[in-house]
Amino acid sequence: MLRMSVRTYLIAVMAVLLSSLPQSTAGAQQDPIRIGEINSYTGPLAAFTVPYRSGWELAVEQINAGGGVLGRSLEVISRDDGGKPADAVKFAEELIRREKVDLIAGTFLSNIGLAVADFAERNKVLFVAAEPLSDAIVWAKGNDYTFRLRPSTYMQAAMLAEEAAKLPAKRWATVAPNYEYGQSAVKAFKDVLKGLRPDIEFVEEQWPALFKLDAGVTVQAIALAKPDAIFNVTFSIDLAKFVREGQLRGLFADREVVSLLTGEPEYLDPLKDEAPEGWIVTGYPWQSIEDPAHNAFLEAYQKRFNDYPRAGSIVGYNTILTIAAMLRKAGKVDTDAMVAAMKNLDLDTPFGPITYRSLDHQSTMGAYVGRTAKVDGRGVMVDFRYANGANYLPDDATVRKLRPGW
Amino acid sequence: MSFIVAQAITGLASAASLFLIAVGLSIVFGVTRVVNFAHGSLYMLGAYIAFTLVSVMGGSFAGYLAAFVLSALAVGAIGALMETTFLRRIYRAPELFQLLATFGVVLIIQDLTRIVWGADDLFAPRMPGLDGAINVLGHQLPEYDLFLIAVAFLVLGGLWLLFRRTRFGVLVRAATEDREMVSALGIDQRWLFTAAFVLGAALAGLGGALQIPRQAASLSMDLSIIVDAFVVVVVGGMGSIMGAFVAAVLISMLLAFGLVIFPEITLVLIFLVMAVTLVLKPSGLFGRPEFTTEEDRRSPDLPLRASDGLLRIFWWGLLLVALAAPVLLGEFAVIVLTEIAILALFAASLHFLLWGGGLITFGHAAYFGLGAYGAGLAVFHLSLGMEPALLLAPLAGAAGAVLFGWFCVRLSGIYMAMLTLAFAQITWSAAFQWIGFTGGDNGILGVWPSAWASSPVAFYYLTLAVCAAGIWGLRHVVFSPFGYTLRATRDSAVRSAAIGIDVTHHRWLAFTLAGAAAGIAGGFFAFAKGSVFPDVLFVSTSVDGLVMVLLGGVQSLAGPVLGAIVFTEIETELNRLTELWQLLLGVLIVALVVFLPNGLAGLVRAVRRRPA
Repeated sequence: MLRMSVRTYLIAVMAVLLSSLPQSTAGAQQDPIRIGEINSYTGPLAAFTVPYRSGWELAVEQINAGGGVLGRSLEVISRDDGGKPADAVKFAEELIRREKVDLIAGTFLSNIGLAVADFAERNKVLFVAAEPLSDAIVWAKGNDYTFRLRPSTYMQAAMLAEEAAKLPAKRWATVAPNYEYGQSAVKAFKDVLKGLRPDIEFVEEQWPALFKLDAGVTVQAIALAKPDAIFNVTFSIDLAKFVREGQLRGLFADREVVSLLTGEPEYLDPLKDEAPEGWIVTGYPWQSIEDPAHNAFLEAYQKRFNDYPRAGSIVGYNTILTIAAMLRKAGKVDTDAMVAAMKNLDLDTPFGPITYRSLDHQSTMGAYVGRTAKVDGRGVMVDFRYANGANYLPDDATVRKLRPGW
Repeated sequence: MSFIVAQAITGLASAASLFLIAVGLSIVFGVTRVVNFAHGSLYMLGAYIAFTLVSVMGGSFAGYLAAFVLSALAVGAIGALMETTFLRRIYRAPELFQLLATFGVVLIIQDLTRIVWGADDLFAPRMPGLDGAINVLGHQLPEYDLFLIAVAFLVLGGLWLLFRRTRFGVLVRAATEDREMVSALGIDQRWLFTAAFVLGAALAGLGGALQIPRQAASLSMDLSIIVDAFVVVVVGGMGSIMGAFVAAVLISMLLAFGLVIFPEITLVLIFLVMAVTLVLKPSGLFGRPEFTTEEDRRSPDLPLRASDGLLRIFWWGLLLVALAAPVLLGEFAVIVLTEIAILALFAASLHFLLWGGGLITFGHAAYFGLGAYGAGLAVFHLSLGMEPALLLAPLAGAAGAVLFGWFCVRLSGIYMAMLTLAFAQITWSAAFQWIGFTGGDNGILGVWPSAWASSPVAFYYLTLAVCAAGIWGLRHVVFSPFGYTLRATRDSAVRSAAIGIDVTHHRWLAFTLAGAAAGIAGGFFAFAKGSVFPDVLFVSTSVDGLVMVLLGGVQSLAGPVLGAIVFTEIETELNRLTELWQLLLGVLIVALVVFLPNGLAGLVRAVRRRPA
């Protein structure tokens, strides 16, 4: 009998131990909600992703200081993909299988965003694509589990095409890096502009290899075509070279230039006192936005990091705001509930209210459109307005055609 | 007409930039026979140092001139440090080890630069006094472009004087032509090599510093320039200063006028020039065929032994662990093991070429990537399922190897390595820019396994079965009559030819076989990741493969498998621990080449041989 009792005792102990396992997960009400985050934090892209990281760090701190979401705090588990899509997929696997995260967010490069989006669909996990611009993420390759925050290539090109249509210029030249982003941007710009102004013709296209712009010869090739105006898609080091050579060679004299993303501090600030004047750009004029919501963000950001925000900072901040708003709406941490909550999700951001469309999972976050100018030896945006993203998307019927599954 | 003149002058300014970078690389190669992958990193350092100097000293005309000179000196000093601490230890190592070690330096400098200067692009002001433009036939040409052209001619003239009129120059030229003879005459080679390397590094630093008034200093400068510089050196002829000049002008002019007619072709054009040159005149426009043949540089390997007891235990033990892993280890481990199995086959196919055939390839990513794209495109365009797509993968890899190999096996040594690199880069350019067919940078998505293999464990066992069979098959080939013949051509091409072996044909077959095996690995990689992007074809994939082979040990068939295991684990875990993983990986590569040239397998062998 004694033996039996020992065995019974052991069984009882085992039972307690076993029952404590599910209990600790049930007691997870106190455990943080785990957000897996992937971005390119090393290599040349760090200039763009580090402000983005500061943005989401600030949002996480603010939300947790306010008591978290659903009574739980937020925890971000971040990984560096080194700019390689295959590594991003590997870390997505690691985040859901080993770290057991509840959803995935992040990515900057379009190809990495697409790779993770495809992974998310396959593994039925929610993916909030923060920064990638490619239209394919919500349209051609859109899927049920992927939602994108930042205004897309198409949206930003359409904002600029609207401004371009108001100009008298008829002969246009384009210069864009020869890869998917550049080609999509030029196509979207041409399509929208020609729709608004059938009299316009495109007389020259330059397609330098990404980050290998041979600025002098490219500038001269454009000048040879004698365009009235130029649409520029080059960015980063290519932009700096293009601006300097173009100014030296008089390419921009008496010509309108319309330029994608150039108003973002990431791209405008490195140009310092050579920032072009009078270009029509999309961007983020953080110094001069008069809006209480943005002022609060700006103040908190500057206080926390002793630095000013870049466009990426806003995106990082809004990514976490999105996730928090979605969790509140869903009421539970469950993929189906979270995906359902993302559709038609409304939230307030430093850029004003935005909505995640149920039609194509694109948010209506917009961008500022204005002209560049120089103040105190640095480039700023003036005469700008906030272009609400909702107004720069094709009509629903077109989107249904673009997005398979409709 | 006026456009042609203006465009030609502008092209000449680009040529001047290219020449200043390439000429240092060429001098270093001429004397030391080291292809310095870190040359682009030294160029980048020159730009960053010059930026700091200009900021500190104030950007006056004289300040800029001083910054150019001081940057060159500073980078020269860094070069001296590099040469004396580890490069001189590996002059006798095979070319590949040197390439890899300098690639490790690329990773180290990349991370250190980010730590010191930050990730933001740094745009210096224009150079005062040369900040305007002058009017040439109605075109505005920047004054700085003319300054650059003048500097290029000054450097060309200065180098000419140095090499023709000084004892040092005579020695450098003598060493370029015949190193053994120079050392037989009692010249201290160590000093000569250090001096040549410092000169090359200083020229790279000068080249970088001179870019500051034209473009921003950025972290992408290193890799974006080094491949172009390689092309210039190879086209001009390695070790030839005049060759570097002519090649730089040729390529810049082709680009300047080419982009007016074909704006899209820029990326491919430069590699096409290199491929055509190497096929028509393998030693470059001004280069001379190498005196030393490959056989002088490599003592024949020990005869290969069939597996002995310990090695058998290793293979069977590994297989058992691999089979039991899904039960023993976690879910994520299965994902990592799948990747390891794929990369082990990739590394084994590279090892087969390198060690079995003595064929140096720096573009093995081409066949891996073609396999991945073969499978991905079959799914995307033909809507094929996993099984037929996986059958297409080795065919795609082999087809690429048949085509590229036909050209490559006609060259040897470093020229072969460069031509394989050129073909891989052309393939990458095509995948990156031919969006209609390959999806370009956005790649091919939705490449997922069939339903029966869709669980990670099922796909793991499928991958393990095929990749293990592939590795075993390659091992089998090494011991077959074909393998013996191939190893004979490796140990002595001349004697093999003398006994009637068709050397070129055997090498071509080896290329094809390795291409097919790499293609299988690529196909599985596509299905493991669910997508294919151009970076599978990029030079970094080739380097990863080489690091795995080297890490495991070149002289053992177990090497690539060991290497794939350790490399993947390091890459996965380092990333979780630290943001400095690139730096650590770089240090690891350099340390390996210097201290452990026979890799992990060599270490095991050395321990076993030691008398008890």
